Amino acid sequence: MAKIEVNADRCKGCLLCAEFCPKKIIKQSDVLNSKGYYPAMQTEPEKCVGCAACAKMCPDVAITVYR
Amino acid sequence: MGEKVLMKGNEAIGEAAVSAGCRHFFGYPITPQSELPAYLAKKMPLVGGVFLQAESEISAINMVYGAACAGVRVMTSSSSPGVSLKQEGISYLAGAELPVLVCNVQRAGPGLGTIQPSQADYFQAVKGGGHGDYRLITLSPSSVQEIIDLIRLGFDLADKYKTPAMFLADGMLGQLMEPVDLGEYKSEIKEKPWALSGCEGRAKNTVTSIWINPEEMERHNIHLQEKYAEIKKNEQRWENFHFDDEAEFLVVAHGSMARIAKSAVIKAREEGIKASLIRPITLWPFPENAFSSLKSLKKILVVEMNMGQMVEDVRLVVNGRIPVEFFGRAGGMFPTVEQTLGKIRGLIK
Amino acid sequence: MQKVFEKPVSIDEKPFSYCAGCTHGIIHRLVAESIDELGIREKVIGVAPVGCSVFAYEFFNFDMCSAAHGRAPAVATGIKRARPENIVFTYQGDGDLAAIGTAEIVHAAARAEKITTIFVNNAIYGMTGGQMAPTTLVGQKTDTTPYGRKVENQGYPIKVAEMLSTLEGANYIERVTVISPAHVNKAKAAIKKAFQYQIEGKGFNLIEVLSTCPSCWGMSPIKAIEWLKANMIPHYPLGVYKDGAKTE
Repeated sequence: MAKIEVNADRCKGCLLCAEFCPKKIIKQSDVLNSKGYYPAMQTEPEKCVGCAACAKMCPDVAITVYR
Repeated sequence: MGEKVLMKGNEAIGEAAVSAGCRHFFGYPITPQSELPAYLAKKMPLVGGVFLQAESEISAINMVYGAACAGVRVMTSSSSPGVSLKQEGISYLAGAELPVLVCNVQRAGPGLGTIQPSQADYFQAVKGGGHGDYRLITLSPSSVQEIIDLIRLGFDLADKYKTPAMFLADGMLGQLMEPVDLGEYKSEIKEKPWALSGCEGRAKNTVTSIWINPEEMERHNIHLQEKYAEIKKNEQRWENFHFDDEAEFLVVAHGSMARIAKSAVIKAREEGIKASLIRPITLWPFPENAFSSLKSLKKILVVEMNMGQMVEDVRLVVNGRIPVEFFGRAGGMFPTVEQTLGKIRGLIK
Repeated sequence: MQKVFEKPVSIDEKPFSYCAGCTHGIIHRLVAESIDELGIREKVIGVAPVGCSVFAYEFFNFDMCSAAHGRAPAVATGIKRARPENIVFTYQGDGDLAAIGTAEIVHAAARAEKITTIFVNNAIYGMTGGQMAPTTLVGQKTDTTPYGRKVENQGYPIKVAEMLSTLEGANYIERVTVISPAHVNKAKAAIKKAFQYQIEGKGFNLIEVLSTCPSCWGMSPIKAIEWLKANMIPHYPLGVYKDGAKTE
């Protein structure tokens, strides 16, 4: 059991998290955040292993990882 | 009264700074202030202080900025070309509201100039040598005793108003030896809750001079101007010499030049001329209050070791009420007593 | 489930002002994590530079000041000499540290100042819109080298880690990057060590971090990472350049 939470208001939608996610389960949301970015979101939480690769590559400290 | 000791001006600056609680000095060698860093290089380790020779004037003033951020009493010194290099840092100090003391033992310019004494950095000091709307408390001593007194005052005023202060001497005062009374001075150094000390048990402190939002930047400028107005109201200092309701002639001179001008005034009085003198001690704030009553005066002569700088402030204050004449010499030359007396005689006719 | 990764206490609430995908933010986090893990947040005093990270004091949650362009090592020297018990660091970009502030960084290193410097090298001036930096690669196009940096006109890029490691006063110099989770782990270890050395009273410590500038390089964040790997690392090899200052 693992999951991530994306703080949508810190996220700028750069998608470095998605690029480095080994399970390829992060994609861009189609809902704009307060700054006008499309933030990242997790698609299949059941596949998340909580490796934190996404959080380590996030330039906006927007990701919290649970495991 | 304590015992009098013979001291050289440059060394007196160092001794006064230490007595005022300054334990941090950052500087770079330049003539004619070299005795000051040499003195502090010896003295600071003995009193648990820090003396550091920087790689440049620019670096020195920024070390001063850092030490001031950390909340300690800190000083740097230089001479004219070096003080030009420090202007960037001085502007940042003013913007970030950091209390420091900067000493300029002036030599003649422009450019590399010469190592002889001068008062040609008056504009740079009192009109703001760096960028932006700011003012520097500027103190001009006229004797080695006054060097002691004004260095101490400079630290106190800088702390009181959270602003950089400039101590504006010249090469002659720096080299001059006179007896001084160091007295029993104890500086009241207050807590600086805004200083950077590590945020233990409190919210973080920030020291900066950037406000990217124009409304905030303007607000900060207005705040600075209110502070400068307060300084102008409270801190004007000058010496009156025979300036009373009967004086017909007034000489205005500061620093080394005032010593020579005083001798000329004494001689003029011996000749029956009702001459007097005002010696500004604070160059900024300019002692406007000294000129409130010009009743019996017919003429004013401003004498400077430059080509005419303080005279502009005197003219602003006098505002056309009576003629203001100027006499000055430059390049390390200075008006003699005889030359100044000659000017007074010529103008009184 | 337990939280296994979250925003460090040393990062403030204010969202970063960096462009999307700029790796400055990763480096900020590594500095903050190192400080938190070493338990020194309440002892740290940081110095922000002029450049993209000019507002670093808004993003970190501890005492900081801003310095004039290039002067951070001098400011840090003043702070450290006044408060030797505090942990003092500068955070500087390549324009700030390797152009206008070259004298300050060289002499801080030569004096063996007991400070830590995080040097972010992205081979360009980002804040001013993408001009040539002292670290811009030969051939690299910028606003002020529109035909590419030419050796006959602008000379060669400065290798800061190599240059400073020749100084006896340098204690620890390492070059790292943050272009993958594995690189991030290594960068974190280096940054933490650069603070640990200062805690032990050792200096001068500098970590050069190769970083991306997607906006001024004109690339997507992912392309920028690929470009850094293909072009910057060959010219700026990663690794430890100095570990342990010369002692008498």
